[in-house]
Amino acid sequence: MAGSAKENTTALPTRPDGMEGLVADWSSDQRAFKNVPWGKAMMWIFLLSDTFIFTCFLTSYMTVRMSTVVPWPNTSEVFALTLFGQHIPLILIAIMTFILISSSGTMAMAVKFGYEKNRKICAILLIVTAMFGASFVGMQAFEWTKLIEEGVRPWGNPMGAAQFGSCFFMITGFHGFHVSIGVIFLLIVARKVWKGHLEDMKPGFFTSRRGGYEVVEIMGLYWHFVDLVWVFIFAFFYLW
Amino acid sequence: MSEAQVEGQQHPIAIYFWVWGALFVLSTMSYMVDYLQFQGLLRWSLIIIFMLLKAGFIIAVFMHLYYERLAMACALMIPVGALLVLIALMSFEADFTNMTREVYLDQGSGILVMEEGTIH
Repeated sequence: MAGSAKENTTALPTRPDGMEGLVADWSSDQRAFKNVPWGKAMMWIFLLSDTFIFTCFLTSYMTVRMSTVVPWPNTSEVFALTLFGQHIPLILIAIMTFILISSSGTMAMAVKFGYEKNRKICAILLIVTAMFGASFVGMQAFEWTKLIEEGVRPWGNPMGAAQFGSCFFMITGFHGFHVSIGVIFLLIVARKVWKGHLEDMKPGFFTSRRGGYEVVEIMGLYWHFVDLVWVFIFAFFYLW
Repeated sequence: MSEAQVEGQQHPIAIYFWVWGALFVLSTMSYMVDYLQFQGLLRWSLIIIFMLLKAGFIIAVFMHLYYERLAMACALMIPVGALLVLIALMSFEADFTNMTREVYLDQGSGILVMEEGTIH
């Protein structure tokens, strides 16, 4: 047993890849996820469970939309704005999409600069990501205000099927909540990076966990997931 | 897939810029689907294609799943198959509910009129 445990830690670089690697990694009593810190594996599993939650929301949206006999409101018109005297359909949602994608880009680069121990750039990129996220939430608040003023409620609206309101507030609300938590999470990680806590492996104030720069990557996984969910919301709720 | 033994996931910055650009282009294209008011099969297929491409880029490159070992990728992607089953089942269910409503709802239930845009 001692011999095999030793083998597990030292034999990593020569493990088989592909299908053979899949079987070898899952077989025998050893850790299945090689090469990754446990925090990263756990974040992935959390994100998988979050995928199930968002899919349940989007599937119930599909169910009510397919089964209603009242026409669905035209999202292209509902989310149109008049900018500079021009009536542009769905423009606010398009801007929000671009903002979230840009925040994903800065996040991905923050992970890279983190591993390169470039603390300053990493922290700045994390803060830029948080600012993008905060502006996204701000626009969502504007959108909610606009729709509520137009009479959209979870139980009905003047434009068509009553289920539109409940789906809209539930799905975008839950997503916006994820973004808001992400912004807070980003600011905490940015502070840790800025102060050099990840280099000194200083225990965190909340979990007392000592983390290196994989913390930035784990934060990144969460943030990209928020962007990923928006891709599906944009396609199914706003464009469909 | 797993050649690098350096700490964590480190890749050339260029790939992030490429993916960022690709996501911008794909988002613009899916917005244009609505702006140009494509309808019918063309609309749905374009929306789905752009959506899946964007999701693929984010998962594979930004979340580094392409560079992770196959054991991890399978543990994350196979359960998603269960969701496809759920979606298929619920669409049958919704179709059936819609059919019963089309057939029976206007016969004396008194809660719905069939004119467009009005409720009650």
